[in-house]
Amino acid sequence: MSAAQALALEAIGVSKEFGPVKALVDVAMKVPAASFHALLGENGAGKSTLVKCVMGYYRPDSGAVLVDDREREIANPRDAHDLGIGMVYQHFTLVPAMSVAENLVMGRSRVPAIIDWRAERRELAAFMERMPFRVPLNAPVASLAAGEKQKVEILKQLYLDRRLLILDEPTSVLTPAEADEVLGMLRDRVRSGQLTVLMITHKFREVMAFADEVTVLRRGRLAGAGIVRELTTADLSEMLIGSEQIPQSAAKTARMNADQRLQIRDLLAEDDSGAVAVDGVNLAVRSGEIVGIAGVSGNGQSELMQVLAGQREPRQGEIRVHGEPYGRTRTEMAAHKVFCLPEEPLRNACVAAMSVAENLAFRVFDQPPFAAGGWWLNRAALHQSARELISRYRIKTQSPEAPIATLSGGNVQRTVLARELSGEVEVLIVANPCFGLDFLAVAEIRAQIVAARNRGAGVLLLSEDLDEILELSDRVFVMFEGRLVYETAIGDADLGTIGARMAGH
Amino acid sequence: MVAGSLGWWGVPVAILGGAIRVSTPFLFVSLGECITEKSGRINLGLEGTLIMGAMTGYAASFLTGSAMLGVLVAGLVGLLLGGLHALICQQPRVNDVAVGIALMLFGTGVAFFFGKPFIQPQAPRLPSIDLGWWTDIDQLHSALQINILFPIGLLLAPVILWALNNTRWGLIVRIVGDSTDAALAMGYSVNFVRLAATALGGVLAGIGGSFLSLYYPGSWAEGLSSGQGLMAVALVIFARWSPLRCCGAALLFGGAGAIGPALQSVGVTEGYYLFNAAPYVLTLGIMILTCSRRHTLAGAPGALGVVQ
Repeated sequence: MSAAQALALEAIGVSKEFGPVKALVDVAMKVPAASFHALLGENGAGKSTLVKCVMGYYRPDSGAVLVDDREREIANPRDAHDLGIGMVYQHFTLVPAMSVAENLVMGRSRVPAIIDWRAERRELAAFMERMPFRVPLNAPVASLAAGEKQKVEILKQLYLDRRLLILDEPTSVLTPAEADEVLGMLRDRVRSGQLTVLMITHKFREVMAFADEVTVLRRGRLAGAGIVRELTTADLSEMLIGSEQIPQSAAKTARMNADQRLQIRDLLAEDDSGAVAVDGVNLAVRSGEIVGIAGVSGNGQSELMQVLAGQREPRQGEIRVHGEPYGRTRTEMAAHKVFCLPEEPLRNACVAAMSVAENLAFRVFDQPPFAAGGWWLNRAALHQSARELISRYRIKTQSPEAPIATLSGGNVQRTVLARELSGEVEVLIVANPCFGLDFLAVAEIRAQIVAARNRGAGVLLLSEDLDEILELSDRVFVMFEGRLVYETAIGDADLGTIGARMAGH
Repeated sequence: MVAGSLGWWGVPVAILGGAIRVSTPFLFVSLGECITEKSGRINLGLEGTLIMGAMTGYAASFLTGSAMLGVLVAGLVGLLLGGLHALICQQPRVNDVAVGIALMLFGTGVAFFFGKPFIQPQAPRLPSIDLGWWTDIDQLHSALQINILFPIGLLLAPVILWALNNTRWGLIVRIVGDSTDAALAMGYSVNFVRLAATALGGVLAGIGGSFLSLYYPGSWAEGLSSGQGLMAVALVIFARWSPLRCCGAALLFGGAGAIGPALQSVGVTEGYYLFNAAPYVLTLGIMILTCSRRHTLAGAPGALGVVQ
């Protein structure tokens, strides 16, 4: 097989509006052939819009996309694929019920009407021989771990002989070691002239370690670009957030005589398909501490969170709060002051079509002073309380009556935070609280969590973001395949060891 | 005992023959629904399609004098009704279950309206294959009169299975049904694939309908289907979206439907209506057995019934 030649990509003066929102304004980006280029920016900065213009999902309102110095009309992803441009998306695009082999073959732009599986399997096996990492060809994708799926996504693009590969936050589901393995392999291909890589990321470490050049976007505009060797992380963060001040995380205060708040014993729970997802979890959270659970996504964290939030029935095991059995009913939540910040708050903690004020009242609407006799609602009091919370937590909404689905992700999270943290909190259970939020929102939300801990709450934090775990936790567990496989105090935490445990070593 | 009679042995024999007869429309409708659901859409309108197929098939057979032309016309009508379902469903914020129920009532109503003139006359019926030539026991002989659609349906199941696993089109249908995101990322038109799969499902349901009026019971009447199109949807779930298991499930449902008439044939008449309710009880039982508070059903297409 002849080695493909890497493609060059250039975007000139690209603008794109969605209604009143200017997603991109006159953005330029130059990615030379056989280079590793990083595209950096906060959420909502326009990175995804820019690459979707390249891939043909969107047509730019003005400007041009040049491939190998020629202007190209890319009307849909197929046109991009025909030019040799491929993309690895943040969400998986593999078909879960199909095998790896079926996914790889169906990814080709030309598939014969009748597929000769014997010949295809032979070819696929030969292709796998040349790759630095292997995945089982006959396994259904749904049975693979998240990290393996991400590897299949990347293998698929290489199998399709792409000459320019766009990666959208490719390492979010990989352990640090896996990320290095995958990115290192891609960089070798770039060095040998077969491939150009454009990687969307927010991790400075990966930009510094792997990228040759970087383009930074801020609020839809070009905020800077340069050669990575000549830049420091301070330069990058300056380009990324401008002169805005990031509030410091609240300092943790030491606490003594901590009593046990949340205990989980031998908890067993199944996922939607009936497979064991949480496999004998034991842990205890004391007051005034944050217990972090690290792990690659898909190792049972979601199911554990759902059990604790009352969304899923455990098969076995016991949950206690303040030493008493905890059945996760509304009465018990109120009695023990247990609060939750689940992941994807719009789906798991809000009713999207109801107003911000109503969503803010979910915990208290049936209690005085908001409800007379437990059933006659006092709308004026609810409204007044909503207004206070909206201003105190700086929720950006058109009005308290706007449906919560119209708010941005950061403001939905602030709304849930306001509801869950504004009263007295004894147990707080948090999952991926900062996923998809910009730096300012992340800093605020983390500060609120630490403040709750300082006020004496016992906090259980499940997060796929290892940096977040290390920043906030007092004790760290690692979850792998449904079990807690490692525990350490934050003072003794070692990134290498935690990464290895996350990968199951 | 009468010569050539099997006595109580007649019951299983009659159930077998009845199973083959009664299961044929189940088989066609469920294979059609299986294809449609594999593409991620539920078509509850197949009950309407079944009745429209029965009416138009009978009318065409009566007017042209050819039962095979009747089957063809029923298939075409099914194609149109399936296509209509798909075209309505691909509009934004349209729920396929609601559209299915509407089309079920629509198909039934239209069939009754245009079917009035065809209730009396006798149309040519579908031929059968005589597999019972070797026996002179009447009941066995009549049980082994196999209608020609049944072997076609049996053959269709492995063909559909093979096509879903080994052809480009089959794999595209599975991709669209399992992950809309993946299909879009690969550049496939989700709406077009579902249109094709729903229309094809409609063709099979229409053919299943023509069997009702052209073979068994063998004439057009308004109470012909009695919910078989709806039961076929439950049957696909029971068969966990496998065409081969659809065959077994269709025979099981057919057998349940044949219990009543089989018992009647040996003179057991008490509880006749109770035994006739067997397929409905079976449907209910299957729904209860396969539901779970904790898990989703294994094998269900991932994008099935997801509202866009």
